[in-house]
Amino acid sequence: MNESLSGYKGRVLDVLVKSKVQVGDLIRINKGDITYEGILIPRSELGDDKHIVIKIRSGYNIGVEVTEETKVTKIGVEKAPAFTPPALPAQKPGLPKVSIISTGGTIASRVDYRTGAVRPAISASDLYSIVPELSDVAAIDTQILFSVFSEDLTPKHWSKLAVTVAEHISQGVDGVVVTHGTDTMGYTAAALSFALRNLPVPVVLVGAQRSEDRPSSDAASNLIGAVSAAAKAPFAEVVVAMHETISDESIVLHRGTKVRKLHTSRRDAFKTVNAQPIAKVLDGQIVKLTDDYLKRDKEKSLILQPKFEEKVALIKFYPGMDSKIIDWHVEAGYKGIIIEGTGLGHVRQAIFHSIKKAIEKGVLVAMASQCIWGRVNMNVYTTGRDLVAMGVVPLQDMLAETALVKIMWILGQTQDKEKAKDLLATNLAYEISSRTVDTN
Amino acid sequence: MKVDFSAVGLKVGLECHQQLATKEKLFCACKPDLFKGEPEITFLRRLRPTQSELGQTDPAAYFEFLKGVKILYEADSKTSCLVEMDEEPPHELNREALETALLVSLMTSAEPVDEVHVMRKVVIDGSNTTGFQRTCVVGMNGSIVVDGKTVPIQHISLEEDAARKTGADGLTVRYRIDRLCVPLIEVTTGPVIYSPEEARKVAYAIGRILRATRRVKRGIGTIRQDLNVSISDGALIEIKGVQELDLISQIVEFEVQRQLSLLSIRDELKKRGLSEDEIRDDSADVTSDLAKTGCRVIQKAIGQGKKVFAVKLPKFSGLLGKELIPNLRLGTEMADRARFWGRVGGIIHSDEIASYGLAEDELCLIKRILKVEQQDAFVLVADTEENAFDALRAVTERAREALKGVPEETRGSNPDGTTRYMRPRPGAARMYPETDVPPITISKDYVSRLRSQLPEPLEKTVERLIKKYGLNEKLARQLQDSEYVAVFDELVERTKVSPTFIAATLTETFKALKRDGVEVDKVTDDQLIGVFELLGLEKTSKEAIPEIITWLTKNESSSPSEAIKALGLSIISEQELSNVVDEIIRNNEDAVRTKGEGALGFLMGVVMKKYRGKVKPDQVNAVLKERLSKLKKKSLH
Ligand SMILES: [Zn+2]
Repeated sequence: MNESLSGYKGRVLDVLVKSKVQVGDLIRINKGDITYEGILIPRSELGDDKHIVIKIRSGYNIGVEVTEETKVTKIGVEKAPAFTPPALPAQKPGLPKVSIISTGGTIASRVDYRTGAVRPAISASDLYSIVPELSDVAAIDTQILFSVFSEDLTPKHWSKLAVTVAEHISQGVDGVVVTHGTDTMGYTAAALSFALRNLPVPVVLVGAQRSEDRPSSDAASNLIGAVSAAAKAPFAEVVVAMHETISDESIVLHRGTKVRKLHTSRRDAFKTVNAQPIAKVLDGQIVKLTDDYLKRDKEKSLILQPKFEEKVALIKFYPGMDSKIIDWHVEAGYKGIIIEGTGLGHVRQAIFHSIKKAIEKGVLVAMASQCIWGRVNMNVYTTGRDLVAMGVVPLQDMLAETALVKIMWILGQTQDKEKAKDLLATNLAYEISSRTVDTN
Repeated sequence: MKVDFSAVGLKVGLECHQQLATKEKLFCACKPDLFKGEPEITFLRRLRPTQSELGQTDPAAYFEFLKGVKILYEADSKTSCLVEMDEEPPHELNREALETALLVSLMTSAEPVDEVHVMRKVVIDGSNTTGFQRTCVVGMNGSIVVDGKTVPIQHISLEEDAARKTGADGLTVRYRIDRLCVPLIEVTTGPVIYSPEEARKVAYAIGRILRATRRVKRGIGTIRQDLNVSISDGALIEIKGVQELDLISQIVEFEVQRQLSLLSIRDELKKRGLSEDEIRDDSADVTSDLAKTGCRVIQKAIGQGKKVFAVKLPKFSGLLGKELIPNLRLGTEMADRARFWGRVGGIIHSDEIASYGLAEDELCLIKRILKVEQQDAFVLVADTEENAFDALRAVTERAREALKGVPEETRGSNPDGTTRYMRPRPGAARMYPETDVPPITISKDYVSRLRSQLPEPLEKTVERLIKKYGLNEKLARQLQDSEYVAVFDELVERTKVSPTFIAATLTETFKALKRDGVEVDKVTDDQLIGVFELLGLEKTSKEAIPEIITWLTKNESSSPSEAIKALGLSIISEQELSNVVDEIIRNNEDAVRTKGEGALGFLMGVVMKKYRGKVKPDQVNAVLKERLSKLKKKSLH
């Protein structure tokens, strides 16, 4: 891959190489009696191999088709921008210390208007210069842990992240912020909730639904909310900090085991399911929404249990589902299966025998509901009662995704099936609540 | 003032924006309509100026952000979806709109680009929820010929219209997002227009080409011109949002005059020996000195707990009140700046202070505090300390610019052809790719297919209108320049009404109605067709048309038949007409007796006065004649 001709391939790449031009050069393209002039722009990986993209003088990009008669000549070099950061805001003394650990979801960046490239900014000074409000909230330390899309994160990443967060906490920070892509942020929040027990300070995951390069991005305000929560929230739990509504007003703090992404694109995509959020950040202040939380206390000693068993599956039941899907998992050596059943926790009778066989082979099978909202109850109908009799564990009001993460974590800690079954049904990190109140 | 425009080096470039009449918006499936009344949905946002790699931010935008400016967006679910709310990525570029832009490119001899790339143009005044406007170049390097001169067309672009501002309250600005994402075509000329009149003509020529596509919206606000005006010794001024094409020459003329006046102020200041560092930002708090003032404005402000600050403008005496163009003084320009940067209601300057009711001793006191001498001026502002400080800084900044000549700025146009300060001119357009919308390849086949079906150019239209419909040349030209040329053919084809009458209604009658304040633009094509259909079927009369049109503008979703019913303008039946005539003859027996058939004209007048719009004159005439001749026979017997 030719870096100086990023994204170009095939015949167009040949033409550009032969013409000895690279991205950022001012070039002239001749095609018969038509001439174009502009700066050579990188081509998107998805683009075809027939067009050259240039930025013309008015700032617009256009694609010029390369044909037999196309001639490209370099007529100059547009100077690459040299970034001179604006003066940093004065750091206030005596502020709480907060670590920001980045996993790949960029939360701040700069646009190179010359080529359209968006460059992430992650050093503390970069963050301060782009989001100057942070310097009023906390003294920040930053670390880039991963640079991956959130859909590419695996339980191995959760383990590493948990260990890294623990390291920062052991250095005495007042809170930790984890920047994260939003797609799987709920899973990571649940994973950290189980892997980091008896937390002395809060751990706050934060993301953005609008990319950070745009003026309307929610990234900066979410980050300010997250850092505020990490710096001064009264609780010490794993939470997700995101917009409460589509307005840029309050940042709500969802408990890591109860949060789910419920919209593909809205700023307020994350909601607490079957419970209340813990608190929100409004005008820089933490507003508690419940008194039931684990208190911040730097004297507490963190219990780090970062192991996860990956041979666990989350299977969504659907009408007509083939029992062989369950059989396959058992044969493939899966140790735990969360079934997302219908309604109160049901599946068709035709797959009963496969579930029974799985349990007999020592697979931990548990039931959550695909309704998302509400509690599983397997006593109401025969189907439910039969499944419980087989040994399926009803998961009450636990989110299916949280249940998956929890079973991975449990099987990472113990091989004892009975103990695992008990742990699964026991509330460890607010993932199960015994009563549901009407929150609408 | 008579100005030799070539001598002052006038250069004008136009950016014509025209809304397209597409079924859907540019990047979503919403209808491109506006809503009235209370918004169904509101939400509050802040726009954060993004830094470029060069570390630059737009100073005006950054200032507003630091001040905590918030935007309250208003929406309703019929005209906006999550896309306009910036809660969902844009859908693909509207192909109907793209095709129109390609047609316009071909009609202006511009070369369609091979691949269209949608860009984000950073705009953070709140008019776009995203903080940028989505825009793309579709055609380049075209030209049109106006009065024998070739005017280059630099770009044909397709872009989304912005949200419309509906108000401001302190630091909260309100925008309505119904208009956001409505497709706009932008035609940009080179800066080669050298007179105000030429600017107007070029704008008309472009308008004609756009209308010839038959795919553009019509009515107030659907066409907007930005003018880039400069003179040799002055500055490049961008004048935004001109809606009335006939105003263009006036606006350009005023702008030249404004710049010349500012240059003469500059010369006067130089003559008075003012140097830039003499203009100091130091302001004085004079609140306590004016505690007992009789000046109502200041009294009220102090009563609200606000403060009064004053700043000296050395050697500016007499210049603040000097008229640059009608109703615009240097003092007005300073007040505009103070309002923009300091969020204040206005300023009081020494050239106009006489009308404010300040006592002589108060003035003396202020002058003493500021050390104001004979040739000096001063400015007062009453507001919160922060606002007053920002406002007076803007005033002194503008004063320093006066010493240099004409400051570059973006101005908005007023209905009288004058302009007002909007904001400093943004730096080079900050554009970067809209990665959420994939580029679109424009194939050679597609272009040649479009080329073969180009709409009739409007110069041909006049010829055709004359030949085919028998319009006279004047009427044909008027129609060609009106917004109704697109619907005219259909009206003629679908109704049995005479083409000349339809053309005259669409031009002269509509013009007259507009002059009377009737918002004719509101009448839709479908309603127009309905009106002329009824006329063709003799369900109403020609005389009733203006009333029906007027009623329809006030009852937007109603049909022409409803209009006729509501107005009682249906043609009365023959039986009714004969009853009416009989009654009128009875009531005017004397006249009939004395004048006999000679009473026809008089009786005709009586009927028409009473039943105008409900009867057809020929018919009345015929019935009356018949009756009178019967009566005559009777009396002879
Ligand atoms: Zn929409």
